[in-house]
Amino acid sequence: MTAEASTGSRAWQWLRDHAVSIVGVLVVLYMLIPIAVIFFFSFNDPAGRYNFTWVGFTLDHWTNAFGIPELNEALITSLKLAVLATVISTAVGTLMALALVRHEFFGRRATNFLIVIPMATPEVVMGAALLSFFLILGTFSLGFQTLLIAHVMFCISFVVVVVRSRLIGFDRNLEEAAKDLGASPFETFRLVTLPLIMPGIFGAAMLAFALSIDDFVISNFNSGTTVTFPLYIFGAAQRGIPVEVNVIAMILFFFTVAAMGFATWQQRRAEKMASVRPDQESTLAVPAGASAAT
Amino acid sequence: MSRRIAPYLLLAPGAIWLLLFFVVPLYYMGELSLNSGVFGAYEFSWNWSNYSDALSLYDSQFVRSFLYAGLATMFALLLAYPLAYTIAFKAGRWRNVLLFAVVAPFFTTYLIRTLAWETILSDQSPVVSVLDFLGLAPEGHVLATAGAVIAGLTYNFLPFMVLPIYASLERIDVRLIEAGKDLYASATQTFLRVTLPLSAPGVVAGTLLTFIPASGDYVNAQFLGSASNQMIGNVIQSLYLKQSDYPAAAALSFVLMALILVAVLIYIRFAGTEALMGEEAAG
Repeated sequence: MTAEASTGSRAWQWLRDHAVSIVGVLVVLYMLIPIAVIFFFSFNDPAGRYNFTWVGFTLDHWTNAFGIPELNEALITSLKLAVLATVISTAVGTLMALALVRHEFFGRRATNFLIVIPMATPEVVMGAALLSFFLILGTFSLGFQTLLIAHVMFCISFVVVVVRSRLIGFDRNLEEAAKDLGASPFETFRLVTLPLIMPGIFGAAMLAFALSIDDFVISNFNSGTTVTFPLYIFGAAQRGIPVEVNVIAMILFFFTVAAMGFATWQQRRAEKMASVRPDQESTLAVPAGASAAT
Repeated sequence: MSRRIAPYLLLAPGAIWLLLFFVVPLYYMGELSLNSGVFGAYEFSWNWSNYSDALSLYDSQFVRSFLYAGLATMFALLLAYPLAYTIAFKAGRWRNVLLFAVVAPFFTTYLIRTLAWETILSDQSPVVSVLDFLGLAPEGHVLATAGAVIAGLTYNFLPFMVLPIYASLERIDVRLIEAGKDLYASATQTFLRVTLPLSAPGVVAGTLLTFIPASGDYVNAQFLGSASNQMIGNVIQSLYLKQSDYPAAAALSFVLMALILVAVLIYIRFAGTEALMGEEAAG
């Protein structure tokens, strides 16, 4: 009796000690439920047009993932748009981050405000404002170009924030060292600064890509007749979404996971690079010897 | 000399893009919100009645938006804090795995995630049977109710709550927490007087990052709600894209932005003291 009571109270104690972690793990599972649902329903063989109830297992939609022309077209548009928006916003945002971290200048606070405010504006307002602008101005016809303008606009702020956080933790001594060793400012930037902040830039680019390919609200306002992947889903939602959408969503998911893995690996590598300090004599011996020889 | 203009050269492309395609459009929308007339013949006329109409015609949608967004933010906070705490202090080598799980939903399209909830909450789903059994699903459905919309909002913006709280918890000097224990504070006291105040900046950031997008959202109300759960975002998009009543929609957008700004300012004033207390505890 007493032994049982003590195991009971021990179990109770364990539960109490781990209550927070248990809740935490449950919340993580909750976050993953919809992904699991999307995955399982990509193998569904729905009876009608609506893929809401489980009917039977089939691989047809995986083997025929790209069998719907309109869906493919929308996906290609989205990918093109995301790549272009990522390249432009990452380039432009990185330069802004460099200016904000490396320079003291008049108008810094205003610039910071300009960067923060789009992130604090609901998407529906941004979409509506841009549409008003395009309608009144009349020079841009709604379509791919207006989508690109919009996507770059909402990506810039996020790029700046990510790259800036990487730049703040940057050891300036490494740049000084490069200059001392006779590197020009451009060489220093290309050979020292850029490789070291590369993980930040890569992370920012990934974020921009994810934001762009996922955007529905702002795109819905400014797309004209152009259809992106989320817009296709929205349009299809009324008449029943084909299972292929789930398949493509999962393909995109696995692709992004792989890219994330690559980014983490790159970050580790860069951290190793950055941790090469003068106290590690073995790594210094060679360049020191080389410079002595010349 | 070149050092002087260098920052402006670096800033120029991005700043111009943001000015031209974020600030200027707001100005144009402001002008549009004061137009009068019918579609095709709108003209500028300092027509402030668009604003009074916006508030009087759509007051219930405004109230609903802020109510839903506020509740979703609260639920997200209740879910996110234990998770962020687990990742920061308990996860050990599982930390990166859990962090990955938090951002994983972002890798599937927002609309598809919301539609997945439509599947999960549909009348035939086992989840709904369980909820019904527990008496949490009146008349056996969840879909097309306010509860479903709030659940969707909570789910979709949860990562925005978890990540800032995690970031602020992770930065806490563990010695401060140990000091609390050394000074004979109970675990609860240590949490309430040391950990919680020190994580206040993360909580503030998280609530803002959740509340702002949630109050402007219309995807969740569209897919998970019914006609009586429409939020202000639904009205704005429908006025803009279906009824082409641009002046009214523009006025509504400005009212939404203004109300969010007011809510945020009040919140920051209130939360600012919290953050200050956190700093006191740190000092």
